[in-house]
Amino acid sequence: MKYHCPKTFADAAQIAADATGVIRYLAGGTDVLVQMRAGMVTPDDMIDLKHIPGVKEIVQNADGSWTIGVAVAGAELGAHAGFCADYPGIVEGLELVGSTQVQGRATLTGNLCNGSPAADSVPAMIAAGAVAHVVGPNGARDVAVADIPVGPGKTSLTKGELISAFTIPARGAQGGDAYLRFTPRTEMDIAVVGCAVNLTLDGDRVASARVAMGAVAPTVIVMDQAADAIIGTTLDPQALDTMATIVSGAVKPISDKRGTAEFRTDIAGVLAKRAAKIAYDRAKGTK
Amino acid sequence: MSKIHITTKVNGEEVEFLADPRDTLLDCLRDQLELTGTKEGCSTGDCGACSVTVDGTLVCSCLMLGVEAQDKQIETIEGMAEDGELHPLQRKFIEHAALQCGFCTPGILVAAKALLAKNPDPNETEVRYWLAGNLCRCTGYDKIIRAVMDAAAEMRGAA
Repeated sequence: MKYHCPKTFADAAQIAADATGVIRYLAGGTDVLVQMRAGMVTPDDMIDLKHIPGVKEIVQNADGSWTIGVAVAGAELGAHAGFCADYPGIVEGLELVGSTQVQGRATLTGNLCNGSPAADSVPAMIAAGAVAHVVGPNGARDVAVADIPVGPGKTSLTKGELISAFTIPARGAQGGDAYLRFTPRTEMDIAVVGCAVNLTLDGDRVASARVAMGAVAPTVIVMDQAADAIIGTTLDPQALDTMATIVSGAVKPISDKRGTAEFRTDIAGVLAKRAAKIAYDRAKGTK
Repeated sequence: MSKIHITTKVNGEEVEFLADPRDTLLDCLRDQLELTGTKEGCSTGDCGACSVTVDGTLVCSCLMLGVEAQDKQIETIEGMAEDGELHPLQRKFIEHAALQCGFCTPGILVAAKALLAKNPDPNETEVRYWLAGNLCRCTGYDKIIRAVMDAAAEMRGAA
């Protein structure tokens, strides 16, 4: 295995594009090193991204949006008061991944590109409308985070492409988000179902909303109809019930050792209601 | 396969070693630097036996490559006692008998020290969550938690 420390994303993309064997990008390494250890992946080229300027930065842009570097670890994102205030849902999603030790290294980028349908930080990123900046051998493009995962362990990134940063839209006034997951244990577990809700309010009414579900389909999925069920409402019990019914009707979970399809279907609606309420309270500033 | 020359600081001392790019930091600490206090448990980031701090951040040394250690400040269990004096956490682990086989103990001590550096007055829930990534198959955790709480109290001057 050759170990590379490129200084720019263009160089990283070029190394990957020129490679003839298996390549892996290294940010936190909490998935890659486990896969290497298990013999699932034997990279010929390991491309460490942490020597590229800016990869550890969390920056609020002039328009209020946030740019998050690809090597920002969970512990670093969780320690950033400004970002935590704007997007507590993204932070609580990422912070649910692994132990304190894993939090010292694990990144949003790795959680996304690992391609797990149960990735805890991905639903809230998608609900927030996050955009991935992608660099490849043929230049750069912006891709909605929602369009990155295409199946378990698979992303829409092509050979040589890699994510160089995320931009998360400005929070604006009266906005809030939340992520909830169901696990049999309180810690160190993988989501049976995960749900993120991001919304904005106009007075007491929901002005805009996005609902994203994890671990109930081959990828994290966006539920536009569920969001439509709460837009324009004050999140009254009837609106919440309608949303939960839509969510449970739209999920396509499998049965596995973590839970049955029936259980996941039921829990998906319950979590959506609870996450929406938390996001609403946060948007109101009451939580 | 060509090895890479790495210079870094471990427990305040400058060290150098030759790392195969596939070697983890844990491999390098144990096999190159002969610092065998850091233990290899699962090698997949689940058990925490290999916990060390890198630039002050608690990590599993099995989930980091040795070649990533260039120009870092690494702290391991070997750096915990100073001038022959046990760290309060180490003393309290003995007092409370917070270990049996002792295999998980270095990792738990390093992790607990990192917690107290960040939060000198943690409550029991905070200690339990912080140490959730350190598995112990002997003690049932209770004595470990009590030892950490007691050490924290002593270090705050409250005991």
